[in-house]
Amino acid sequence: METKKLFFILIAIMFALCSPAGVFASDTLMMATTTSTDNTGLLDYLAPHFEKDTGIKLKWTATGTGKALKLGETCDVDVLLVHAPPAEKKYIEKGFGKARREVMYNDFVIIGPKNDPAAVKGQSIQDALKTIKDKQSAFISRGDDSGTNKKEKLLWKNAGMQLPDKEEWYVQTGQGMLSTINVAQERGGYTMTDRGTYIKYQSQKGGDAPLIVLVDGDAVLLNQYSVLTLSDKNCAKAQHELAIKFSDWMAGENAQNLIKDFRLLGKRLFIPNAK
Amino acid sequence: MDDIVAGIVKAFELLFSGDESTWTAVLATVKVSTCSMLLSIGAGLPCGFLLGYYEFRGKQHLRTVLDTMLALPTVFIGLVVFAFISNQGPLGDFKLLFSLTGIAIGQTILAFPIVTAITATTIEAVDPLFKLTLVSLGAGKRNIIATCLWEVRYGILAGAVTAYGRVLTEVGISMMVGGNIKWHTRTVTTAIALETGKGEFANGIALGIILITLAFAVNLSLSLLRRQ
Repeated sequence: METKKLFFILIAIMFALCSPAGVFASDTLMMATTTSTDNTGLLDYLAPHFEKDTGIKLKWTATGTGKALKLGETCDVDVLLVHAPPAEKKYIEKGFGKARREVMYNDFVIIGPKNDPAAVKGQSIQDALKTIKDKQSAFISRGDDSGTNKKEKLLWKNAGMQLPDKEEWYVQTGQGMLSTINVAQERGGYTMTDRGTYIKYQSQKGGDAPLIVLVDGDAVLLNQYSVLTLSDKNCAKAQHELAIKFSDWMAGENAQNLIKDFRLLGKRLFIPNAK
Repeated sequence: MDDIVAGIVKAFELLFSGDESTWTAVLATVKVSTCSMLLSIGAGLPCGFLLGYYEFRGKQHLRTVLDTMLALPTVFIGLVVFAFISNQGPLGDFKLLFSLTGIAIGQTILAFPIVTAITATTIEAVDPLFKLTLVSLGAGKRNIIATCLWEVRYGILAGAVTAYGRVLTEVGISMMVGGNIKWHTRTVTTAIALETGKGEFANGIALGIILITLAFAVNLSLSLLRRQ
């Protein structure tokens, strides 16, 4: 009857493993954020400092800004760190968000192959998009309603064009920023990214990346990140106090200095600008 | 090609250097898949037995429904579970979103039809003469059922192993319901998706190798159990 004994031991081990993992400490703040803050490693770098300073554990799930806002709307998270100012303001107007605090920025850039097949280098953002469209060069879009995608759609509109949704040369990946850059690299196409994620990509390629920055510097390309606290009317049970502490901490001197010191390849990925 | 070689090297590094984030992900995977297997076997075995042992009206239709459920896509299960356990869903008060328990619920839904269908099939395949013999030997009903189950134990084990393979390797449910939260709900598969998203392909391949090793360990211990 050895088999039976072994069998029972196995079942016992399985039950032991299956016992509830222990309820998380109440001082845990759940945040929804964008792929760029996570993929660059910024949050991995900030979270331990935040815990040391405040005793609050930070947990986060990284998705596009669109879904992050939705998770705040349904109160499944306590706080948001996102980058789509027009959508954020609307969000507060609709009564889902309470306060919005700008904490840091970087900028969006158009990157493309070194040989620049459509010759957009140095053009204004509007002209560059027009040129890409005229030459039907491959343009790789996130296509996921993330902050970056919202901005990109706005730029097509600003340039006086309809979104080339169904065009052959317009590729919508539906994936995160770094995946999308990798698609652009494989296809030899152009894409729009935040500079932080681009530097991360560059550092992965050992500083010699096949895609280079071709268009940047326009005021419209500013990429502002903000902490959004949720409305206590809409989400009565969310951890509002902890969320406010996080918002204060992110805008405080310590965190702002940490953000300033966060570098890859000696380059700054995000520039702190809390007021 | 470089990524693949680097991935293999990295897999050993991660496993043997005791890299904390890797081991937490491995532990989360083992925990959550064990839970969902226990639940799905607990529910699927009796259901499969009833379905295979007894004849009743509508049995064929029920089998068709069950067989269709074998094709449930994991992202769809993830989405439905998400809708139920999100704060605005009917089970929102239990705070199951972004927890391992939430993932286990989804994976149970994934594994249950597999366990049930394979159990039913193996029970159906038991020789009717076997039952007759048992009756003629004077066995009671409870005895007959127990003996039948014992007779088909390897078939049921095969079902469990198949279900385990699906549960262990799915990413849709874990990602959507668990949220891929570091130190908490990050499983090996969502970690692979993340590393790929970060462009760290070697890390992704390393984690893939670790996952296969895990599956191998489980199947090896099961086959040892079988040989006893």
